[in-house]
Amino acid sequence: MKARQGDHAAFEELVRVTYVDAYNLAYRLTGDEDDARDVVQDAYLRAFRGLKRFRGEAQFTTWLYRITANCAASSLGKRARHRHDVLEDDEDIVDLSARVDPAEQADRGAVRDRVKAALAELPPRLRAVVVLRDVYDLSHEAIATELGITESAAKVRLHRARRKLRERLYPIPGEDERDARHAV
Amino acid sequence: MQCEDVANLLPGVGDGSVTLRGSARWHVDRCLRCQTELVQYRKVLRSLRTLRTEFLEPAPGLLADILATIAESGERHAVRQLLSGRRAAYFGGIAAATAAGAAGVVVLASMSRRSRFRVAS
Repeated sequence: MKARQGDHAAFEELVRVTYVDAYNLAYRLTGDEDDARDVVQDAYLRAFRGLKRFRGEAQFTTWLYRITANCAASSLGKRARHRHDVLEDDEDIVDLSARVDPAEQADRGAVRDRVKAALAELPPRLRAVVVLRDVYDLSHEAIATELGITESAAKVRLHRARRKLRERLYPIPGEDERDARHAV
Repeated sequence: MQCEDVANLLPGVGDGSVTLRGSARWHVDRCLRCQTELVQYRKVLRSLRTLRTEFLEPAPGLLADILATIAESGERHAVRQLLSGRRAAYFGGIAAATAAGAAGVVVLASMSRRSRFRVAS
């Protein structure tokens, strides 16, 4: 690969081809356009500096996703340190079921939009795992490495994220009450 | 087996990473509620996967910013390399001059010792 041998033009071409994809991942992880811009610039800078370490076993985009995920995790960590209202894993997702009927909307084929909205409402730590696994198909091992967590923690977060998404998209009447009783 | 006992397995069943066996499978095969949940998990997963092909266009200027950042970093690296190369040459020159000077002193000292020896003899 020319870019790995220090060819700036080849690396520029790689950036041109992949930057929209990387930006979208960064945006889905951070949920903020400005943060996504910073994350994606940082990610390409790290990729450029570490290009010699890229062994070419995986696709360049997979490697770039991992770097982007790592940069986004750092960015979210910084953001959390500067805010007092950090979202915790257990924080409840706002229940809009009283205002809209999700089942009806699903029937109208708006599931994708509602999935995006539900994703945006997930706590960042859960969102990161479900986006990397279910949207970008990264392995549990890669996700754990880039987010600085254990593989089992990554699996637990994925499970919780999927459950919250399902509950948000398809609320079952009385399920909350039943869960609350079960928890007691 | 109750619905609550298999509830934790269903997200994994939805993506094929978990296979139901024995009493868990027996329960899900006969439980409408669990089957509904499973279908919902699969729908959520399918919707998530479709997001992969949906692109949000970044605001103009991002590509230029990325390339400028990389170019700047590349330039900084080149300048650093140049400076470190010059520094090496500079210190190399000093070392060579010092070595030559020391060698000259040794030669002069040995010559003056020899001439003193001849005068004495």
